[in-house]
Amino acid sequence: MYRYSLGDRRWQFATLAELMAKATPARSGDRLAGLIAHTAEERVVAQMALADLPLKTFLTEALIPYEQDEVTRLILDDHDPVAFEPVSHLTVGDFRNWLLSDLATPEMLVRVRAGITPEMAAAVSKIMRNQDLILVAAKCRVQTAFRSTIGLPGRMSTRLQPNHPTDDITGIAASILDGLLYGSGDAVIGINPATDNVAQSVRLLQLMDEVMHTYDIPTQSCVLTHVTNTLEAIEQNAPVDLVFQSIGGTEATNRSFGFDLATLAEARDAALSLKRGTAGNNVMYFETGQGSALSADAHHGVDQQTCEARAYAVARKFEPLLVNTVVGFIGPEYLFDGKEITRAGLEDHFCGKLLGLPMGCDICYTNHAEADQNDMDNLLTLLGVAGCNFIMGIPGSDDIMLNYQTTSFHDALYLRRVLNKRPAPEFEQWLTKMQIFRDTEGKVPAEGLPEAFRESLARLPEGPGHD
Amino acid sequence: MTEHQPVVTENPWRRLSAWTDARIGLGRAGVSLPTREMLAFQLAHAQARDAVHLALDTERLMADLSDLSGRKPVLLKHAPIHLQSQAVDRLTYLQRPDLGRRLSQPSCDALDRLGHTGESPVDLSLVIADGLSSYGVQQNAVAFLDALLTDLESDDQSWELAPLVAVSQGRVAVGDDIGQRLNARCVIVLIGERPGLSSPDSLGLYLTWAPGSGLTDASRNCISNIRPAGLSAEEASRRLMYLLREARQKKLSGVSLKDRSEEPVIDQGIGNFLLR
Repeated sequence: MYRYSLGDRRWQFATLAELMAKATPARSGDRLAGLIAHTAEERVVAQMALADLPLKTFLTEALIPYEQDEVTRLILDDHDPVAFEPVSHLTVGDFRNWLLSDLATPEMLVRVRAGITPEMAAAVSKIMRNQDLILVAAKCRVQTAFRSTIGLPGRMSTRLQPNHPTDDITGIAASILDGLLYGSGDAVIGINPATDNVAQSVRLLQLMDEVMHTYDIPTQSCVLTHVTNTLEAIEQNAPVDLVFQSIGGTEATNRSFGFDLATLAEARDAALSLKRGTAGNNVMYFETGQGSALSADAHHGVDQQTCEARAYAVARKFEPLLVNTVVGFIGPEYLFDGKEITRAGLEDHFCGKLLGLPMGCDICYTNHAEADQNDMDNLLTLLGVAGCNFIMGIPGSDDIMLNYQTTSFHDALYLRRVLNKRPAPEFEQWLTKMQIFRDTEGKVPAEGLPEAFRESLARLPEGPGHD
Repeated sequence: MTEHQPVVTENPWRRLSAWTDARIGLGRAGVSLPTREMLAFQLAHAQARDAVHLALDTERLMADLSDLSGRKPVLLKHAPIHLQSQAVDRLTYLQRPDLGRRLSQPSCDALDRLGHTGESPVDLSLVIADGLSSYGVQQNAVAFLDALLTDLESDDQSWELAPLVAVSQGRVAVGDDIGQRLNARCVIVLIGERPGLSSPDSLGLYLTWAPGSGLTDASRNCISNIRPAGLSAEEASRRLMYLLREARQKKLSGVSLKDRSEEPVIDQGIGNFLLR
C-alpha cells in the first residue's frame, strides 16, 4: 500500500502498478484499461507519491511477477548493480533532478545505463515535463552501425519506406528512387510487405539488394515480416541484412505476436552468421508502440507507457541497429489526439535513449485519430531537438499500403535545415558522390536528375497510369 | 518586364508516378512541399476523415447478401443475419475496441435462435463487419464473397457454410464469438480497414481456425488491401482458398500456418527498372 497525505487528506494506492498508472499523464488507453487516475488532482498526488519512492524499490517489487513473465526475469536478471551505484541512493524525484543536473553528463548517462530498469525510466518520465524529456534525451548518445553509422551527434537518419499495396516491384522501385533523390534511406530501406509470406519477402529482399549493389549505396535493407519468416528467408539464402520484429513489454504480448526471447536470439545469431555488415554488427530492427500490451489483453494491470518501456528491455538484449516507436499508428483508443501522441512520442524517445537504445520515431497518425499534419510538424521538430536517431521517410507523407500518414522525404529535409542536422556520414558522402545533393551536408538537392539515374529512367516506357 | 525565376523545382522523374499511387516526384519549394501538393494532401485527409464517420448502409448490404444467397443456393441455404456489437455508436466504437469485439445481448439471442444449423459442426462461417471503413465493405465485400463462393463450389473438397452474418460497429474478434455460436470449424471475418488517403475503400480478411474466446492475433491469418486498385477479389479468394485448405488439413491457423501459395507474378510494371 502506497500512502500520501496532502493537507488533511489521505490518499492511497493499493499497488506499485496502480501508483504508476495513476501518475501517468492522461491518455485514452489507460482509460480504456480502467487504470487512469479518477481526477486531475489524484494524478498529481500519485506523481508526488511516486517522486518520494526510492529507485531501489523497483529492484525488489516487480510490477509483473518474476515467475510469470520472462520480460520481468530479463529485466531483473540483467540488472547491473555496479552501473546502478551512482544513482542507487536516489528517489524517483531526485532521479529527475539528477538527470537534469550537470552531474548527468553524456558520459555518465552511458555509465549508468545498465543499472537503470525500464520501470525506473518510466517512473521518472511520468514526473517530467516535455522539455525535461527533450533535454535529458538530447544528452543521451546511442550509436549503432551496419553499413552506415547511425546516431552520431548532429546527425539525423531516415528509413526509406517504399511500401506498395500489392508489393508491385516497379511501384516500389519508383518510390525507392524518389526517396534516394530526396536523400532518404540512410537508416534503412524498409518495406512493409502487403502479404506476410516468405516467398514475397525473399523477392523484396532481392529487389533491395540489387538496387544497393547497383548504385553502391551504404545502407541496409529490411522486409518487415514476422521473425520466423526472416529465419526461413535466411535458410533459403536470401540477402537478409536486418531481422525485424514488433515487440511488446510482456511475455504474453510477445506470445500474441508469435515469438519469445529464444526466437529472437536464434534469429539474431542467424543474421550475424551472414556477416553482411561493414561498419558494424547491429542486425536487429524492432518496432514498438504504446498500447500493444493492452491490445493483446496482456498488460497485467500495468499502464501502457510502462509496458512500452519494458519492451525496451527486450530490445536492449539484442543490440538492435534501430528501435522505432510507431507512436500514432495504433489509433485513438490508445492515444486519442495530437496532444497525447506528442507526449507519448517524447516519453518513448526519452525512455529508450536513457536505457541505451538507438531510438527513432514513426511520427504518425491515422485517419480516425484527432490529429493532423500540424501535430506531426510539432512532434517532428521536438524530436529533432531531442536528438532522435531516425524518422520515417515516405513519399508525400502518405503510406498507400498501411493507410496512415507519417513523415515525408520533404519533412526530413525541413528538419535538417532548421536544426542543422546531417545524414549518416557514409550515406552523406554517397549523396555527394552521386550528385544527388549539391552540398556536402545533405541539405541542398540537385536541380535535375543525377547522371547515374538517367539511363534507368530513360529505359522506362511511358507508364500505364496518368499523372 | 522582369523575368522571374521559377520558385518551384519540378522533378524530372515525376512521370514515375504513372507506376504507383504513391505521392512521388512532387517537386519542391526550397525543400518543402509546393502549395499545389500541400493542398491536394489536405483535401485527401479531409475526405478520409469524413469517410471514417460514414455509417454502413445495412439495408443495402443485407439486400446485396440476400441476392448473393439467391445466386449461390447450394452453399448459402439460410437467410443472412444482421447483428450489432456492444458499441452503440461510432464515437464509442472508436474509443472502446473491447465493445466492438462483443455482440450485444439481443444479437447473441438472435444468433442462437436463427443461426443454429444442427448438431454437427459446419466447415465455415463468413462474417462481414464494417470496421473502420464502411465504404470498403460496401464496395468490395459482395464482390469478394462472389469470387470465394465460386471457388468453394468448384473445390475438390466440400464446404458446408453457416448463414452469412453482418455486424455493425464490429471488430475482428467479434467473429470468434459468432463462429463459436454457429458451431463453425473456421471463421472468416471481412472487415473495412483503416481508410488511407489514397485508399478509403480497403477491405481486410482474417481467417481463424477453431474460433473461441481468448484468441489473439497470433491465431489468425490476414489478407489485406482487397479492393479494385489493390488485391483483386479473385486473387484474394485464390490466396484464401490455399489458407483454408491448409488450415483444414493442419487444424490450425495463425503464425504456424504460412502462406506458401505460389505467387503468379502480378506486377503491373516492368520490374526493377533501377538495374543497369
